[in-house]
This record gives sequence, structure tokens and C-alpha cells, in this order.
Amino acid sequence: MTAVDERPAESAEIGKARRRKEDQRLITGRTKWTDNIVLPGMLHLAMVRSPFAHAKVTSIDTEAAKGATNVVAVYTAADFPDGMGACANAWPITPEQVTPDHLPMVTEHVACAGEIVAVVVARSAAAARDAAELVDVDYEELPAVLDAKEALKDEVLAHPDKGTNKSAFWRLDSAEAGTGGSVDEAIAKAREDGIVIEREYRQQRLVPAFMEPRSTVVDPTGEQVTMWTSTQVPHILRFLIAATTGMPESKIRVIAPDVGGGFGGKLQTTPEEFITLAVARKLGKPAKYTETRSESLLSAHHGRDQYQMLTLAATKDGTVTGLKVDLLANLGAYVAIVGGGVPVLGAWMFHAIYKFPAYQFNCQTVLTNTTWVDAYRGAGRPEATFAIERLMDELAAEVGVDPLEIREKNWIKHEEFPFVSVSGMTYDSGNYEAATARAKELFGYDELRAEQKQRRQSGDPVQLGIGVSTFTEMCGLAPSRVLGQLSYGAGGWESAAIRMLPTGKVEVITGTSPHGQGHETAWSQIVADRLGVPFDDVEVLHGDTAIAYKGLDTYGSRSLVVGGEAVVRAADKVIEKAKPFAAHLLEASVDDLEFKDGRYAVKGTDKGVGITEVALATFASHNYPDHLEPGIDADATYDPVDFSFPHGTHLCAMEVDTETGASTIRKYVCVDDIGQVINPLIVEGQVHGGLVQGIAQALWEEAVYDDNGTLVTGSFVDYTLPTTADTINFVTDNTTSLATTNTLGTKGVGEAGTIASTPAVVNAIVDAVRDRGIHDIQMPCTPARVWAALQSAGSAEVAQAQPHFHEEAANNADPGTTGEGSGS
Amino acid sequence: MTRITVTVDGAKYSDDVEPRTLLVHYLRETLGKVGTVVGCDTSNCGACTVHLDGRSVKSCNVLAVQVDGHEVTTIEGLATEAGLHPMQESFHEHHALQCGYCTPGMIMQAIDVLNTHPDPTEEQIRLGLEGNLCRCTGYHNIVKAVAAAAKAPGAAAVSSSKVGD
Repeated sequence: MTAVDERPAESAEIGKARRRKEDQRLITGRTKWTDNIVLPGMLHLAMVRSPFAHAKVTSIDTEAAKGATNVVAVYTAADFPDGMGACANAWPITPEQVTPDHLPMVTEHVACAGEIVAVVVARSAAAARDAAELVDVDYEELPAVLDAKEALKDEVLAHPDKGTNKSAFWRLDSAEAGTGGSVDEAIAKAREDGIVIEREYRQQRLVPAFMEPRSTVVDPTGEQVTMWTSTQVPHILRFLIAATTGMPESKIRVIAPDVGGGFGGKLQTTPEEFITLAVARKLGKPAKYTETRSESLLSAHHGRDQYQMLTLAATKDGTVTGLKVDLLANLGAYVAIVGGGVPVLGAWMFHAIYKFPAYQFNCQTVLTNTTWVDAYRGAGRPEATFAIERLMDELAAEVGVDPLEIREKNWIKHEEFPFVSVSGMTYDSGNYEAATARAKELFGYDELRAEQKQRRQSGDPVQLGIGVSTFTEMCGLAPSRVLGQLSYGAGGWESAAIRMLPTGKVEVITGTSPHGQGHETAWSQIVADRLGVPFDDVEVLHGDTAIAYKGLDTYGSRSLVVGGEAVVRAADKVIEKAKPFAAHLLEASVDDLEFKDGRYAVKGTDKGVGITEVALATFASHNYPDHLEPGIDADATYDPVDFSFPHGTHLCAMEVDTETGASTIRKYVCVDDIGQVINPLIVEGQVHGGLVQGIAQALWEEAVYDDNGTLVTGSFVDYTLPTTADTINFVTDNTTSLATTNTLGTKGVGEAGTIASTPAVVNAIVDAVRDRGIHDIQMPCTPARVWAALQSAGSAEVAQAQPHFHEEAANNADPGTTGEGSGS
Repeated sequence: MTRITVTVDGAKYSDDVEPRTLLVHYLRETLGKVGTVVGCDTSNCGACTVHLDGRSVKSCNVLAVQVDGHEVTTIEGLATEAGLHPMQESFHEHHALQCGYCTPGMIMQAIDVLNTHPDPTEEQIRLGLEGNLCRCTGYHNIVKAVAAAAKAPGAAAVSSSKVGD
């Protein structure tokens, strides 16, 4: 008998809070981070980086560095006449997009601080860094453009040879697309006889700030060049190495070993990876590059950095009639791998869960002399969610009703699913009423509102604010045909394979590439249920292009809804494939077999055979049907039919000290509907972590450049990640409406917390001080900004502030001011 | 080069080191104790936390020569033949790690917190872990794991003989 047959049917793995398989090696230090890898004769790299944001390299003197002890070589771009590959843009959002060439090493033109001008190769990392100091580079400094609004003027050019800073303009208009009415008409009507809310919001620049600094090791010995690298995207990297260096793809093996977080920050193909590869191949020796934290903050891509100009039209009773979005997105010095596309992802999300009859989304992307900007957890959707959830609070204040009431008035009712949104997306399932009711209950909404009122009346210096965010997001990137229509350079499918080993163990190969998400555990649960094998007998393999030979990796909350479905389908193929073998062994007809709990049983009899016994029988191959090949392994590639639309209601209570401007999180409750939960423990963890990243945008984090383009938040001293002392315990729960677009009914969860929490926090802070005439505080809402807002509240400047599209626009251009919208 | 003799995870080592060598680099590069990792270079993140004579230190902030004649315990020295350290167990049980990069330092610091506060309040745990950054978990489950470990026997002890001095 196999273990399969002893496994009780009620022990369904899906939904169980399994402790993670990944943990054993991570809690004991038995880890394989890229920087842990040591190979015989391995050399170490140090990068020489431009301190200037915009400059011309006039000369590089490497002699002193070359002469240093233990230095093997010093290279500049001139030493690689055939180039070293390129950092590609995979998603040109328009055919006319201005896309400067992004080469790994600068030849002459430096477009942002931190660009690499030379590389030192030495026997140790310390020797390489010492010698990097000896490389003498002469720069001719050029004027730098840093801010998106400045860039738009085209007065100072980030890339003078391009003649403009404008990269691309992208529009989605519901009237043109036939998915809704004319937004301009809706706004015009509301100006006459309704409510118009006009606001400008700033999405400050953030840094993903994964904990493991990026590291790359390349071994050029042997027939295949092997690259270990701290990446989310080993498959995409392999493809782009082949595509941009001319190396045959079959000669490249990319391995993502243990990867210490990504959050989008490791989905880039980086200059450092290409340079390490080029150096290792040139010298024929293994080479390693590991960045310092300052290099990471400066040169790994940044996130967000948008200006959002928003116009919401509504009737006097608060029924929304139109939403117009003008987005200005700072791409940084280059259009990163999906950098241009990230703001565009907001196009389908600004209208969120509300029934806007008319909608227009305009996005202008610009180039500046700053670090390139790309996906950071949520990627385009947190920005959109922030804007709409802030606006809905403003609308509620204008109408004079509770923020939840205005939302309920406008959201899609649960009986209206599936619902086609004004941007043309089909939301398959959801129940905003249920999630909100549960969140209110857990939060003690009415009690906290009563306390707020009491504190207001008593003039308590510490005021209480309640913030609401009823978000949805689209994730599970992505149906390949949709990506094709958007000119994205790849598909959105995912692959899986299942190998049935003769000893009854099962290997699952996934094309997703986890770096903290717990796929090894969750995929094991899925396969254990599907194949009826014990959880512990399933081994999940990933992150090595020689093993997981096909895949599109992990980002955009795609792994479970796309990659998990591929696993399900591979398992179903194994079951089908093993069936004729089972019938043969049982001397029964295939039609008489049924598969349940890992066992093929002959209907109406007690005869049966376990699937792992079939695996052993095909391994021996002593006795199998003539017309079949001996083997039951299977693989599957799944292309999603649609996106996934998780949603939830997040409620945040903030205490704001009106005397100091300090704000403290009092309570945070979120109820997320992510469809079928595979592992509630992992889901909770994803939500907690997501929440804190979103809260951090609201309260603490910002990447700041000085006027010269020097990143002044270039270490963890200045880029202030939240700590245990800043955060609280969260109350999380789930409601469930199953997704209809995949077998298990799952929706993505990796980004949900981050997408939802930022507006909940800011709404709460604004709610605490709204009675003083304040209706916005720019993020991060530091005590200084809150205090400044409190000081300026009620001033003449505030009362006379202009809507954003007037020439004299005074809306929150400066931190802490409180721009007044025109209202109705 | 300077000669140092140091006990790490119960074994005695003697090496010549450059005086500028940081303890974390000595552990990783000379001894191959790569379970202890580098996260920031500015002593903010605490990923490199180890115990020096039973007290937590950030090993990027200690020179290798300073540990001459002393005893160091890393994440690799916590588990014994008998099994995992209760703090390791608790991190696993309460899903207090995701990518796991901060975990070695976080566990070493968490043990130190319990050495100081055997029956800690949530605030004592939160203040005690303030110097260790995690980007994945939002800290919720880390705090929970440390609180739970405090109830487990032996959570404040490590296998090192000097602990509790």
C-alpha cells in the first residue's frame, strides 16, 4: 500500500494553515543567497559610479587602479567593443515612445547619478572597492532635470540628443472606446448643477528596499554560462541576455537561488548583471558582484513618482458621473523594463469599484536625470487606488455624509457581478457589502465615530480620524492576447510540470520564481489535494532555467492565479495520463475507473491502485499497454483568460496630536476578498507585509534628491523603513467570492495590502483635522507636514487656492499646504 | 595582519585577519558562516546580528580583532542535536518570516530581548527589535512569535555555554 491510500479524505490541504516548508533552511542559516556562493578562482567586482546626475565623461584614467595589489583588471565600456548587452524596455506604451538606449556601462553620457562608468575586478571585494577609489574619471557636468513638471517644460533635457523629455502619451477614453460616456460632458454638467471635485495628488518616489542587496555570480567555465542572481525574473533575464548579447539562449543558465525579497525591485534586468556576465566571460573566470546598501538605494529601480491631476464629477446627492485623470509620471533616466507601462496599469483602476458612467485616463511619461522608475509592489494600482479613495472621501465631505455611505451609493452591488467597468474590464466576482460589513464590525466603526465626535467636542489636543479604503485591484498578469494589444513584449502565461518519481515522491516544477511568498508550501498543498499524495511528499522546484525550463516568473500577483492554475492543469494531465496504465494494471476498462484521493478505483468494486503505484509500475515498465509510452509525467502551460480582481475594505483609525503634528496608528482592520485561500497563514503574512509597505508610503518613506540630483536618502539612515516600534498589530479577515476565471477560484493577494492601505491612512489623518479646514496633506504625512498644515489651516491662502488646471494653481505644490478644490 | 583566536558556535578558530576586517566578513568569508548576512552597511538593519559573549551585537559594527578571546554565537549555532531553538520553532510556527533574509539577525536579537525581559510586554518586544528591519512581514507575526517563545521553556538560552553570564 502507498501512503496515498491511508490518507483520510477529510484532510484537504487547500485552506489549511500549513507551516512553511521553506522555513527550515531560513531559520537555521542554511541558506543559499547569491552572495554566499563561492567558486574556485572567483573574482570580485566593484563598480565605479558617476556622482553626477547629468554629465559627459571626458576621460577615465584606470592606471592607478590597475596597478593596485590584487587587482586583476579594470574595464570601461571601451574594453567591450561588441557591447555587453542592454537593459531593455519590454513595454513601449506607444509606437512613438521616446526610449533612450540603456547600456549597462556609460560610454560618454551619464543620465543619472549612480550610472556605472568603470568596473574593477580583484581577488577580493575589499580590494576591488579600494581600487575603485583609484579610478580617476573626469566629468563635464551638465544641467540636470529632476522633477516631472520641470521635465515637461523641455527647458533642461535629460537626454539632449532626444530633443525632448516627453517619452509617451497614452489615453483611455470611455466615449472613444465605447465603454462609457463623455467625461467632458459629465464635468460640464456637474459644473452647472452638481459637484466637481478637483485635486492634485503627489505620489512621492519610493524605493522597494528589499532586504537582500542584489548580487550576481557568473560562472563562465563549462559549456553553459551559469548566472546566479538575486532576481524575481530568471526566465525573462535569460531571454533578454540572449536577445541583447547575441549569446545563444541554450548557452545560458540563470538561477535565482534564495532571493531576499523583491517587491518589484528585482524584476529588472540590471546593468550589474550584464557587466558581471561580460567580465566573467572576458576573463574566463567566475565573477561576483554584490552591491552595498547605498548602491542598492541609488541604482536599483525606484517606484511611484507621479503627479495626479484629478477631476471627479457627481450629482448633488453624491452619485458619481465622471472621472478624469491626468497623470504625469517620472520615468527617471531610462524607460525601464516595464517602467513606461506601470503608470498605465492605473488606467483600468482609477474608477475602482464605482459605477462611473464616463471616464478618461491620460498619462504623460517623462524622462529625468534620476534613477529609473519601475514596478514597486502594486505598480500603478496603489497610485490609482490612492487617488480614487482620497477623492471619494472628499466627495463624502462635500455632500456631508459618511465616507462609507458615499461609497456604498456608488459601488457595484454584489448582485451586479460580473460587471463590465467603464474602462472595459470584466470584474468576475466580488461582494463589497459583505467585506465592508465585516470590517465595520471588527473595527467597531460606530464606537470610534462616537469617540471622534466626543474628542472634537471636548477639544482634545489628540484628535481621532477614521480612514476608509474600499479597494479593488487587477492582478494575475496577464492574458497574453491583452498584453499583445498593449504592445507588451512577452506573453502572460505560466508553466508547470509534474514528475512522478518511482518512490512515490512528486516533483512540481513551476515557472514562477518565489522570493518569500511561500510557493513551495502552497503549491505542495494544491498538488497534495489534486493528486491525493501527502503534503510532505511533494517537492517544489523553481528558479533555475535548467530545471524550470519555461516560465514567466513572479510579479503582479500572478503566481497563484496563473502559475497555480498551470500546476492544477499539469496535475490533471498526470491523472489522465496515468489512467490507462491503472486500467491495464487492474485489468479493467478506463471507463470503469474513477480517481479519488490518489487512487484509481474500479467503480462498484473494492479493486483499485494508487497513482504512486502506477508511477512505480511505469518506472519498471515491465507491464504496460502496447500503445503507450511508459511515463505519466506531464506539463502544462496556462494562459489566463482574464485578470483577477481581489477587493477589500480597509479601515484605519489614526490619532493626530494637533500640538505636535505626530500621528499614531490606533487601529487597523482589513477584510480582503481574495477568493479561495490556499493557506491562510501565508495570506495573512502577505497582507501584513503589504499593509506596512502601504502605510510606510503614507507616513514615512520618500526618496529625496537635492537640487543637483544627488540622492540624499541614500542609506537606511535617511530612507526610513518602518520598524517594530512604528507599527502595530493588525486585524485581518477574509470574505470569499470565488474567482470564476480559474479552477480553484483564487485571486491574487501579494499586493493587496499595499494597494489598499495608503489611502486608508491618509484619509484617517485628514479626517482627524478636516474640521479645521484641512483636506489634504502630502505624503509622507510626517509630523512636520501635519503640523504645517495645522498652522496654515484657515489662512487666506487656503481659501483662495485655485483648482489645478488654472495657471496659478496653488494646490499642494508645497508639502503640507492644503489646496482647496473648487467644489461645486 | 593580526592573529585572533575566537570560539564561534562552539568551535575554536585561530586566524590572521586584516585589522579592518569586520566581524561579519570574518564570519562569512573566513569561516564560511554565511547564515549571518549583510543587509545595510550602516548598522541600521540588524540582519548581521550575532551574540558576543551572550549579548547581541551587529556584527557589521564589530571588528574581528575585537572578538579575540571571546565567544560568538551565530544563527548556525542555535539548533542542537536535540532540535531547533525555541525561538526558531516559534518563528516557524507563527510564520514570522517570508523571504528570510532578516531572519537570522531577527532571531538572534529576539533571544536577546528575552534575556533582558523574560516575560516581555508587547512594547518591550517592539522596542527591543527596533534595530532590526524586516521588509516582508510587517512585523506582526515576528512580535507574535517572540511573545509566544517567551512562554516556551529555554527560549532565552542559546547553546553557547557563556549565555547568561
